[in-house]
Amino acid sequence: MAEGQNQGRPDTAAPAIELTGISKAFGPVQANKDISIRVMPGTIHGIIGENGAGKSTLMSILYGFYKADAGEIFINGNKTEIPDSQAAIAAGIGMVFQHFKLVQNFTVLENVVLGAEEGAMLRPSLAKARQLLTDLADEYELHVDPDSIVEDLSVGHQQRVEILKALYRQADILILDEPTGVLTPAEADQLFRILARLREEGKTIILITHKLREIMEITNTVSVMRRGEMTATVKTSETSPEHLAELMVGRKVLLHVDKPKANPGEVVLDLKNLRYVDEQGVERLKGIDLTLRKGEILGIAGVAGNGQSALLEVLGGYADGTGEATLKGAPLPLAGRGSDGRSRRHSGIGHVPEDRQNEGLIMEFTAWENMAFGYHHEPEYQKNPLLMDNAGIQAKAAASMERFDVRPPNPKLKAKNFSGGNQQKIVVAREIEAHPDVLLIGQPTRGVDIGAIEFIHQQIIDLRDQGVAILLVSVELDEIFSLSDRIAVMFDGHIMGERMPDETDEKEVGLLMAGIVEKAA
Amino acid sequence: MDFLQLILTLDSTVRLSVVLLFACLAGLFSEKSGVVDIGLEGKMLISAFVAAAVAYETGSAWIGVLAGCAASLIFAMIHGVASIIYRGDQIISGVALNFLASGLTIVLGHAIYKKGGQTPTLTGNARFTEITLPFADAVRDVPVLGPIYSELISGQTALVYLAFAVVPAVWFLLYRTRFGLRLRAVGENPSSVDTAGISVVGMRFKALFFTGILCGIAGAYLSTAQAAFFGREMSAGRGYIALAALIFANWRPLQAMGASLLFGLLEAISNLYPKIDVFGVVTIPVQFTQALPYILTVVILAGFIGKASPPRSVGVPYVKEN
Repeated sequence: MAEGQNQGRPDTAAPAIELTGISKAFGPVQANKDISIRVMPGTIHGIIGENGAGKSTLMSILYGFYKADAGEIFINGNKTEIPDSQAAIAAGIGMVFQHFKLVQNFTVLENVVLGAEEGAMLRPSLAKARQLLTDLADEYELHVDPDSIVEDLSVGHQQRVEILKALYRQADILILDEPTGVLTPAEADQLFRILARLREEGKTIILITHKLREIMEITNTVSVMRRGEMTATVKTSETSPEHLAELMVGRKVLLHVDKPKANPGEVVLDLKNLRYVDEQGVERLKGIDLTLRKGEILGIAGVAGNGQSALLEVLGGYADGTGEATLKGAPLPLAGRGSDGRSRRHSGIGHVPEDRQNEGLIMEFTAWENMAFGYHHEPEYQKNPLLMDNAGIQAKAAASMERFDVRPPNPKLKAKNFSGGNQQKIVVAREIEAHPDVLLIGQPTRGVDIGAIEFIHQQIIDLRDQGVAILLVSVELDEIFSLSDRIAVMFDGHIMGERMPDETDEKEVGLLMAGIVEKAA
Repeated sequence: MDFLQLILTLDSTVRLSVVLLFACLAGLFSEKSGVVDIGLEGKMLISAFVAAAVAYETGSAWIGVLAGCAASLIFAMIHGVASIIYRGDQIISGVALNFLASGLTIVLGHAIYKKGGQTPTLTGNARFTEITLPFADAVRDVPVLGPIYSELISGQTALVYLAFAVVPAVWFLLYRTRFGLRLRAVGENPSSVDTAGISVVGMRFKALFFTGILCGIAGAYLSTAQAAFFGREMSAGRGYIALAALIFANWRPLQAMGASLLFGLLEAISNLYPKIDVFGVVTIPVQFTQALPYILTVVILAGFIGKASPPRSVGVPYVKEN
């Protein structure tokens, strides 16, 4: 399936990229240890590994962002020094970063031209780029209006601009760092079509990801990284997701969560005709009816941007909605007094927000401070009426970090110094240890490595078995299916329907996510 | 108010706005590149002093301007080293330079000229004199257009003409050249410039070079054209007003000219008409007209008129990451 179009080339052809013995240390941390890799021309080569395995560091060395402590780089068989990005571009390497490097208020054209201008005057460069962009758009199905302002474009289109930037600089080797992390499933499919097209035209592509599905779908070869080392390079056709997962974490992992059958109790949270209009006047929730019972996980499936975030925001207490809501039989205010995040947490609704770096944590603050936030005014955290019990909070934080396997278990480190998975464990630990009745969880494992995913999933299930009602929002359908006891699908601010996971399949839910209600079979 | 009085007010407006315009354009370069420059005031002050002193010693106003620019440039580069290379706080570095200029000019002025911080009065070629354009006298009696030409357009110093010529040049540089594209990009998203293989540090220093030069001309104008001596603290907060004008102009060169003229007009009004009677009912005190530039800036920043859109990475030191 993943055999490329250029299999005609003999295996003896010089690799497009060959790295030998690359090592890089940041202080005491060895990010890359003696890494060697060969990427053959005209192929898509996947690099997979957990967060912090050293994938991004390796690519940054290749793109001239960092200088390797040791090792050599060969491009098309020639030894090449890459001291800066300029040299990487000259060697035909283009990079699409996870966080786009675009100037938001420039046009597409200006962004493409920036740094690759023809001369001191702008006009001739822009005219030339406009022509080339049209050609590239036709050749690779990379259609973007050259005069659009970048910030008006969807994320998927912004990513195309990044690819166009690389192609405009005549890159033969494209590196994509976690390209689907920000895309909707439809956009991701489009991206993969574009990548396949680029491969047909003989471009070499390195795809960095931690999603096994993507690797299996599109790559020819895959290299696995673990803790700074390259543990294996295999042909994609000769491996399986389970095998790759094992190579990534160094032990067998269960991709499907084993969970005992749910035992739902009485209704804890009841929503009737919940509506929400955002600041731009767009109605995000158009009359949501949902009930959530003790001891069950209700999964909200949907393509990102169909109101799931709004649902979490209204329930979490930072957006004002209308409608009727009851929590444990008592009315829950949706606007005004008593509808803020503090009252929500106080009334027993815990919240793991979708965007942990902006809403879940304060990155510049320490782990122990972050572990008290949202609950810091609770009496148990006060030493006396004036002072907080910092020593107590620190001790409690240290204990929870131990229990939730946060690495390193040092409460005095700043939140930003933890990896994505460990940051998420800090948020999850904080909310679970507050013993909520209802837990709202948004994208619990976005950008989290496999080891941590497994751990977080287990925590969610344990919490359910203790009788907590859990509302899970995730764009990962696999996650919805493996965790939920009941699935509700959102589309355009509506609930399209509810299904039991063992009575439906991904196809039916996928259709609901697209707003298509299938006639009863 | 009769017509001639209006012309005289406008003439005063032009003279007063030139210093704001140079300083505002200086700030434009710096802030467009992502470096906040609260130190316009200090650079103007040191330049005013050095320009006056050098013009007095050499007898040439133009050499004075060059020397003033050099002094201002040195200050700009100190700011660059502190805030671009060492990623220090840009506000603190700017304020420090303002204090340094304030103290240094007084100390040096005392030490050299012993006139309480003042320099001797500049005479002859040591100061800029008014240039009378051709036919200025001939057309003086033509109604309306005559006084406009002979009083307002003619009879200004060389630096005034230079100021208004610089505006379209800056616009062209920013919006029609490769340098301008990169400059605007580095203030919006430096990582986009870095990954395109262009040095962020280099671009920001280039921007500060222009800031230094333009601020130098602004300061030199104060002491060699608007006045004919350097007096202590003679910049009198104009660096801050220029910064306000920059915000008012939404970080754009042509609007910067408009904002400078508006603020110049307000200053001219407060100079010429300390008390304004409105229908004999209310008297507007001079302090109100003096405060108006700041009030207008706050109104703009609060979003009542349009939207302030500063360069997005202004004030943020660039740290490479991915």
